[in-house]
Amino acid sequence: MLRLLCVRLLAMVPLLVIVSFLIYSLIALVPGGPEVALAGSNPTPERIAQIRAELGLDDPFLVQYWHWLTDVLHGDLGTSFVDHQSVWSAVVAGFPVTLSLVGLTLLIAAVVGLALGLAAGLRPGSWLDRLSTVTASAFMALPYFWVGMMLVLVFAIEMRALPAVGYVPFSDGPVEWLQHLILPAVSLATVPTAVVARQTRAAVTSVMQEDYIRTAKAKGLRPRRVAVKHVMKNAAVPVVTAFGVEANRLIGATVVIEQLFALPGVGKLAYFSVFSRDFPMVQGILLITAVLIMLVNLAVDLSYGYFNPKVRMS
Amino acid sequence: MTRSESVDVRKKVGAGADGAPAEDGDDLAVPVAHGRGVVRRFRSNRSAVVGVVLLLLIIVVTAAAPLIAPYGPAQVDISDRLSGPTPGHWLGTDTLGRDTLSRLMYGGRVSLAAGGLAVLIATVIGLPLGLVSGYFGGVVDWFLDRAADVLMSFPAIVLTIAIIAAVGPGLTTAMVSLGIVYAPRMFRVVRGSTLEVRREVYIEASTSIGSPSLLILRKRVLPNIMPAALVQLSFLLASALLAEVTISLLGLGALPPTASWGSMLGQAFQEMRSQPWLAVYPGIAIAIATLCFNLVGDGLRDAFGREQRKA
Repeated sequence: MLRLLCVRLLAMVPLLVIVSFLIYSLIALVPGGPEVALAGSNPTPERIAQIRAELGLDDPFLVQYWHWLTDVLHGDLGTSFVDHQSVWSAVVAGFPVTLSLVGLTLLIAAVVGLALGLAAGLRPGSWLDRLSTVTASAFMALPYFWVGMMLVLVFAIEMRALPAVGYVPFSDGPVEWLQHLILPAVSLATVPTAVVARQTRAAVTSVMQEDYIRTAKAKGLRPRRVAVKHVMKNAAVPVVTAFGVEANRLIGATVVIEQLFALPGVGKLAYFSVFSRDFPMVQGILLITAVLIMLVNLAVDLSYGYFNPKVRMS
Repeated sequence: MTRSESVDVRKKVGAGADGAPAEDGDDLAVPVAHGRGVVRRFRSNRSAVVGVVLLLLIIVVTAAAPLIAPYGPAQVDISDRLSGPTPGHWLGTDTLGRDTLSRLMYGGRVSLAAGGLAVLIATVIGLPLGLVSGYFGGVVDWFLDRAADVLMSFPAIVLTIAIIAAVGPGLTTAMVSLGIVYAPRMFRVVRGSTLEVRREVYIEASTSIGSPSLLILRKRVLPNIMPAALVQLSFLLASALLAEVTISLLGLGALPPTASWGSMLGQAFQEMRSQPWLAVYPGIAIAIATLCFNLVGDGLRDAFGREQRKA
């Protein structure tokens, strides 16, 4: 297992080199160069030259990339064009917010999605199955940010039961933390819930047809025990896969949701940086996002071995 | 791939979208995974038919917006702003007194066309590359597959807005970026499907009688990977529509005064406390269109799937 982990981590290195090059190359796409974006309106040629010198833009492109990469490897992601804050500390400041949001979202998706999928999959064709299928289709089609707006409308504006914007750290009060996160998390959770429900249903219906389920039933195990002991563990693989795919999409969706709910997370930081054309910040966030997604995919791959020993062999 | 061939591909995609794929006039009895059986099965799938009918309706209504919309999309009437539904404005008006119904029609044009453009770009890049990569394998395949890995290690929206940060906002920029970001998704499906088809006996037969590779790709492989590509196409259309809405909602795509479902939703969110209905309509329109693309995709997958299992 440890060997496999090391091999897979090493395999990420060349991919990361290409990813980092791509991220750095974004600057080359800027019409007129980043110095024009940075210098504001009507800059003097001297000002442009000064900025170019400060940013090291007069070096050949590969040299610039090499400087950036070595800095990154030394833990220095650069400083913001806008407020000259370190990119790393800005991301670290926003990270707990985004992590709380994504964590709560995945929790909701797991609990609700598994329950819906299991209920549907154990009795295919029942009214519960149809209800769960229709709910999943509707959840897939509803735009998550629109669900967020509607939740704000109902629970914050009309009922005044929950706050519409802002964030309270968990350490300052778990109840307030939950109150501020529940609406954004529910709106983010719609699609992952539907995906988990669908995957679970498909997995459960196919597992239920296996011989070992018939054996378990024949030896007199109670249906609930069959469901928990045999079905759940074997149906876990597609569900975990769905989680891996959804984690990628969720990170993208946090950009919008954190903006709508004014949550000071990495997504909001990313949006602000894009809007203010703060390239070091955009690049830093992209790099961290890519690393996170690769790690999530690795964790998903490794979990297959846990759920299905047959995979472990190969 | 030459230019004429990629045009050929697009034509087929268009012909297949309504469930009636174009047939190649073929002299050999080569199994092709689509045909009359697929159309029949697709037709008997009630939700897929509802999806197609609703989609056509949406496309006709939005395309004919200049003819049937009661007002222009940017026609301002300050004296009648933020009104609820009235006989003059069936769905009310926004902050500037612009008619919501008319803006929904014009906005749908922008949103659907933008999503379509992104998927077109993704297909024009991803489909030929996927065919070549899956069929020839080797270094080219390894290289293209790594490239897809790289592009797919970012969330689509994050990568798209990062490109926008560099190039500057605007709907066309946004959709070209999105097309590039989505290309690996089409590439992966086509490549996987091509890898399967390549192992078939009829490909071996064609190779052994000395057919040139390009001919085999076009006449034997392409028709057989079309089912997978078409299914992916309809799901990509749903994602691209949602992505356009997201980007315009963030103010990085369709810029005012252009109406798109996303920009309407963004403006409506600002006015939510005074006129909550403004946010409701574009959301419903987006949800229905997304649902239709998904229903058509599911229907196509089921219609093709059963035939492939039988074969």
